[in-house]
Amino acid sequence: MSTEAEEGEVISALPNRATPLELFIGFASIAVVGFGGVMPWVRWLLVEKRGWCTEDEFINLFALSNFLPGGNVVNIAVLIGSRLGGFGGSVAALAGLVAPPAIIVCLVGGLYRSFGHLPAAQSMIHAAAASAAGLIVAMGIRMVYPMRKSPRALAVVAIVLVASVGFRVPLVWMLCLILPASLAAAHWTRK
Amino acid sequence: MDRPITLLVLQILFLSSVAVGGFITTVPELHRFVVDVHGWLNDGTFVALFALAQAAPGPNMIVVTLVGWEIAGATGAALATAAACLPTLVIAYTVSRFWSRYNNVGWYRTFERGVAPFAVGLILATGVILTDGAADDWKSYALTGSTIAFMLFSRRSPLIPLAIAAAAGLVGFV
Repeated sequence: MSTEAEEGEVISALPNRATPLELFIGFASIAVVGFGGVMPWVRWLLVEKRGWCTEDEFINLFALSNFLPGGNVVNIAVLIGSRLGGFGGSVAALAGLVAPPAIIVCLVGGLYRSFGHLPAAQSMIHAAAASAAGLIVAMGIRMVYPMRKSPRALAVVAIVLVASVGFRVPLVWMLCLILPASLAAAHWTRK
Repeated sequence: MDRPITLLVLQILFLSSVAVGGFITTVPELHRFVVDVHGWLNDGTFVALFALAQAAPGPNMIVVTLVGWEIAGATGAALATAAACLPTLVIAYTVSRFWSRYNNVGWYRTFERGVAPFAVGLILATGVILTDGAADDWKSYALTGSTIAFMLFSRRSPLIPLAIAAAAGLVGFV
């Protein structure tokens, strides 16, 4: 996913700064249209619409956001907010990304509670849920595909899958046992 | 503040602090906590909330907003959402202060190679657990399967299979 970054100097080539309000509006505007994932919109906002970062910087941001815990879009909002507007910028970008969709989803949830008991709504939700599950499975399969030549990576995927689904192992145990083993395996193998 | 929401907020704070590979990787744990351990929601409701969150715009962590609402109304929704954001804000903001040092170091690659399969395993687990909760007859499995096929063989919007499935449900397919 990530490309080799040039030495850290890209950071000083910061195009400009942004006020918290600009960051809030920018992220809110893409959050409310980001059906099925906000990431493509984030790139468009940062690189093309506002020029808040270059394409290379965006790739760095993306790599860094995957390495940090939490949703990667959320991480990008905080990182770019911090760079362009300090702590206030971070908070504003994060609030813009999360608050409008949270309100929308509550309205949708309200409709579900009002009309969810109707047979037609029940079967609609049932069908959408089956499809939504398929979206996640497909995402996982797409992400496994580049790992197909690495027995190490496939073994980790299989172990995590079996532990989580088959044995319902709590995440904390997997983080303490499987993740370090996976990191060690990555350290000592080439593939 | 009553007890379930306090527990939920603490759990979400923990989950979003350790959610390597994106918030989606915490869904199996959120499901285990909310459905299996505490029984606040049943399997079907959890899966329906997840589907609503997927169909609505915004980052996919927004599912916690709905889980919070189910457990403690509007306050629950606000608290759960804030709990999901707070660790990310603290961690990502702190890291941004040291940004340039993190770009090119060798252990970053190792970390990436080690974390990626772990995260992918959890994403697949999320898919299996949600399928298990959502699909109960050949028709719903067919919807899950055709969504998977659509997403694997097409680069078009995930909203298309979701909308087709919802429409199929509305006219009584499942």
